[in-house]
Amino acid sequence: MKRLALLALCCLPAAAQELRSGFEDMARETQALQREDATNPAMLWVQEGEALWSSPAGANAQSCASCHGAAETSMRGVAARYPAWDEASAAPTDLAGRIAQCRTERQGAPPLERESPGLLALSAYVGLQSRGVAISPPADPRLAPAMSQGAALYAERRGQLDLSCAQCHDDNAGRRLAGSTIPQAHPTGYPLYRLEWQGLGSLQRRLRGCMTGVRAEPFRYGAPEYIAIEAFLMGRATGMAMETPAVRP
Amino acid sequence: MARVLINIPREIRAGETIAIRTLIQHAMESGYRPGADGNVVPRDILRRFTARFDDEVVFAAEFSPAIAANPFLSFTMNVVAGGTLTLRWEGDNGFDQTETRRITVA
Repeated sequence: MKRLALLALCCLPAAAQELRSGFEDMARETQALQREDATNPAMLWVQEGEALWSSPAGANAQSCASCHGAAETSMRGVAARYPAWDEASAAPTDLAGRIAQCRTERQGAPPLERESPGLLALSAYVGLQSRGVAISPPADPRLAPAMSQGAALYAERRGQLDLSCAQCHDDNAGRRLAGSTIPQAHPTGYPLYRLEWQGLGSLQRRLRGCMTGVRAEPFRYGAPEYIAIEAFLMGRATGMAMETPAVRP
Repeated sequence: MARVLINIPREIRAGETIAIRTLIQHAMESGYRPGADGNVVPRDILRRFTARFDDEVVFAAEFSPAIAANPFLSFTMNVVAGGTLTLRWEGDNGFDQTETRRITVA
């Protein structure tokens, strides 16, 4: 009986093991880039976001700050609680979606496209205010269907390589895929500066990269499937500290 | 104007050697990559960086196409007395940006 329990313990998927941020597996030089704001290239986007936060836009000449005031206080911990339920569209939305919605509907400004520099900059600036805050998805029962859809998508084999997210990031996390260590895939630092991209990108861009990697057809940006996967991943990473804006290889 | 991060130590004693760290937003397009349409994207890189402390060049660097986007540069200088640090980045397509920072010694 005891032996059986031991066997069960060593076969647990990574998600049930200790939560480990991708930060831990990076080269020391890349860690140093992230650790200090003076060297973190993502801070260039944060600077841009800070400027956008207080610059009036749209028909009403309102800025984010006109309603929300100082982001340091009003946006503290906000990014750690997304995706959240959006009353207007009666669907879950991610932080970037919320910012884009605020932009068009409340400010009356031209829409910010997904992955556009402006939206990434604002998401990074808002995300920064939650740095160090523990990820705590809202206990909203309306999000439950999205979370279970995300869990199903995460476990579903896809693409010509016929691989699911779980096969790498749960079953083989910590082992190597060619030269790199397979991380547990926790969305702690998005939007983040990826050295491969030489720029800032969102979680959806990262998911897209994995999907084309297994030769599956990626979803369009902003698709409910991505939001569902994000909701599942955030639930899986509950309690981990936010790192936004992170640096990854 | 490209976004720039410049890090200068807060408290400097006279005669101290300090490290200046700079980061500038720039695509550093190498001129060798094909774009989405298959044609080579024209080169667009920074060519030269010059740091002057009160008109004296304290550090200069030349950039080449192999340098990554948003280049980070760090250099050290000896500060005897306070002055003005002028940092200038020059590049292709007429890119020219100058930032100045006041350096005071305690």
